[in-house]
Amino acid sequence: MSAKIPLAQVPEGFFTERDPDDLDCVAQGGFCPSWILENFDRYVDPFFQHVYLTGVSLAIGFVIAFALGLLAHRKRWLTGPLTAVTSILFTIPSIALFLLLLPLTGRGNTTAIIALVAYTQLIIFRNVANGLRQVPSDIVDASEGMGLTPMQTLLRVEVPMALPEILAGLRIAASTTVGLATLAFFAGAGGLGAEIESQINFKSNVVVAGGLAVALAAALDLAVLGLQRALMPWRRAVAA
Amino acid sequence: MTELAIIGDFFSAFEFIFESRESRAGTVQVGGLEEFGQLTLTHLALSFVSLAVAVAIAVPIGIYLGHIGRFQFLAVSISNVGRAVPVLALIAFFIAFVGIGFANVALVLVLLAIPPILTNAYVGTSQVDPDTVDSARGMGFSERQVLTRIELPIALPTIFGGIRTSAVNVVATATIAPYANVETLGIPIINFNVYGGTGQLAAAIVVALITLACDAGLGGVQRVVTPKGLKLAANPGGAAKRRLFGLIPRRSVQPS
Amino acid sequence: MSSDAASLELRELVKRYPGTDEPAVDKLSLEVPAGEVCVLVGPSGCGKTTAMRMVNRMIEITDGDILLDGSSVTDRSPAELRREIGYVIQQIGLFPHRTIGDNIATVPRLLGWDKQRVSDRVDELLELIGLDAEMRERYPAQLSGGQRQRVGVARALAGDPPLMLMDEPFGAIDPINRERLQNEFLRLQAELRKTIVFVTHDIDEAIKMGDKIAVLRKGGKLAQFASPAELLMYPADPFVEDFVGADRALKRLALQRVRDIDLWKGVLCHKGESTAKVRARLADADLEFPLLVDDEGRPLGWLSDRGLAGERVMEDLRSRAEPTVEMDDILRDALSDLLANQTMYGPVLDDQGRVQGILSLRAIAGALNIRPEDVPDSAELAAEASSSP
Repeated sequence: MSAKIPLAQVPEGFFTERDPDDLDCVAQGGFCPSWILENFDRYVDPFFQHVYLTGVSLAIGFVIAFALGLLAHRKRWLTGPLTAVTSILFTIPSIALFLLLLPLTGRGNTTAIIALVAYTQLIIFRNVANGLRQVPSDIVDASEGMGLTPMQTLLRVEVPMALPEILAGLRIAASTTVGLATLAFFAGAGGLGAEIESQINFKSNVVVAGGLAVALAAALDLAVLGLQRALMPWRRAVAA
Repeated sequence: MTELAIIGDFFSAFEFIFESRESRAGTVQVGGLEEFGQLTLTHLALSFVSLAVAVAIAVPIGIYLGHIGRFQFLAVSISNVGRAVPVLALIAFFIAFVGIGFANVALVLVLLAIPPILTNAYVGTSQVDPDTVDSARGMGFSERQVLTRIELPIALPTIFGGIRTSAVNVVATATIAPYANVETLGIPIINFNVYGGTGQLAAAIVVALITLACDAGLGGVQRVVTPKGLKLAANPGGAAKRRLFGLIPRRSVQPS
Repeated sequence: MSSDAASLELRELVKRYPGTDEPAVDKLSLEVPAGEVCVLVGPSGCGKTTAMRMVNRMIEITDGDILLDGSSVTDRSPAELRREIGYVIQQIGLFPHRTIGDNIATVPRLLGWDKQRVSDRVDELLELIGLDAEMRERYPAQLSGGQRQRVGVARALAGDPPLMLMDEPFGAIDPINRERLQNEFLRLQAELRKTIVFVTHDIDEAIKMGDKIAVLRKGGKLAQFASPAELLMYPADPFVEDFVGADRALKRLALQRVRDIDLWKGVLCHKGESTAKVRARLADADLEFPLLVDDEGRPLGWLSDRGLAGERVMEDLRSRAEPTVEMDDILRDALSDLLANQTMYGPVLDDQGRVQGILSLRAIAGALNIRPEDVPDSAELAAEASSSP
């Protein structure tokens, strides 16, 4: 070893043992475990961007839809129009909605979140309204008959009893939003979808980015399920 | 951005649909009725084929399972699983592992369309009041007659609800078919460098309109196939369907 | 533990729903003294539930007034008013998402009682309705129908309300448990002495539960307001007569106890007693054969002719002394026992089992004859009766 090469000039990976098959694998766009291990870092930021888009949209969407659900419970005639409007929003394909919003709100998180919030509305709104409507009238009657005010009846009796339905809506909304957020790159909001799209032929990339999205959906689903159990001890008691 | 500019964007997008213009690089003519017509035709053909195959597979299975009243968990959770897999990931997976082209994309869309139809067919058939079925058997209906004269008519609106959901999903998802070399309305959306923002917006408008029309049309079919007695009885809305975990709303469980 | 009961007065109470010609409740006037059970009874659509629900303003009053201890219920906010009025409905309406303890604690918490007081009250009520303390942490779905109904009553009693409203509270319970719950309720009421408005469509239940019964006819009109005995003896009109049923004479038996009627004097004799003396007593008695009793005065059986044939009474029985009845037995039950044993006579025993007299079918028949002195309470009823031949 006569000539000394400054370390800085050594190409990255020069000193690490490289499996020739592995290089081949990447070149062919295959499924390469070692590549995945080495490049996992690049998915961290998109993953958290995905979590951010999903979480913020669900939170805002839930607050709005819950409020609309309560409103429709009080003013029954609003149920029809609210269902119609949220249904139309729901039917517009997300790619189209992202693009249709671009001239109004520009590229970025705002547009993505507005669209994602729109998609949560029908699911959560309808489940809240249905859940409240299903509370047996004799229980509401007994509650008011004992002197709970209408607000107390709503918060202490009707909403807790509608929780299974409401949380079922939240579960559907959660996994739906994770899926739709993969298309948020059309609104310039990044996320795991942007990673999938950037190398759509590369198996390793598709598996990791797609897998993370599925895992996120599953994790959220379990989280809401856990919430459901924690909030509804009476359900478990019945099952026992 | 002023309001005028926004209106201008949409106006110019409409214009793009009807009249062709130079691409962003100025090399080719893009847009115009002829190109959009061609793209729409492919889009609809792809959607229709996929939906037809999905219906042919999912409806008989769903009805059969609903009739025998077994595998409820499977029939219902298939839509939950379906919802958890992002369509982009599914398409990308197919592109990477299976291949591109019309048949492969159609296969993805079939997979996408099956769960809502299967679940609704199951729910629709199994939701029929057991007393109704029991009294039918008691009057001497054969199993086949129970299915065709009692369960199917009652289940039909729900089945069409599932088809409607899947149709909307399929039409929407066909938008990303160009990633697999099928030239649908997604072309102007995905090839931003060629078609520009106006082309994207124009395609988005067309896709949105087609989807809404499709939803409205199948909604009409759904109403027509609903027996009158059910319409009268159903006004509180889908009470029977809620038996299954309360997870199956009246229509579309999946935006797309 | 009982708070003061409140008196209740309905004054010309009217409920008219918009868009209907006929009122649902039409000038209904009733007075319920504190501590009494007033039953509203009538066919469906007679407005009994509507009338009851106006008391706690679950339904707003169209016209007239309801006075609770002399002050109008319309002067209070509905929620505040309802916290002071116990409320039990047929479907019970327990909160399925709350434990039994929390259900019972609903009103005390609304009233702002402190934790310890609420907790003590829950324990007290669970004991009162005969449920184990461990039930406190259970959920309604884990209870039987009868237990749920008891909890419903406990929940209504929790705030110690001076007035209770009960809308067909036992309507959804099977007949056997209903009877048990009714008896339990009567036992509770004897202790608590609440003012109670009780709605039912079942005239038998009304007769059993009520101090006073208001019979309503369609359109919410009062047909008769009377005590159970009065209602059975003097139905005001054909509608009431029809409603109380053709068997109203038998129903009256349910209102009387064995001690209420004139028992026959039997002839009691002991083994070894002089038969001459026994025969002498028989001449004066209502009954021609003597009852052999032991040294404590407990019945052994009806003596046969051979038992009297000798000098001294011999233990030779024609039949065992069955059935025996007690002074506090309901007359209807006693009659049923006699009939079931195919006998005309039954010894009536006191607490120690000693014979106090003989119940006979003829004595029961006599009790059913309408005589003014038989009418338990009202003086005007007596006046009415003496004015008619």
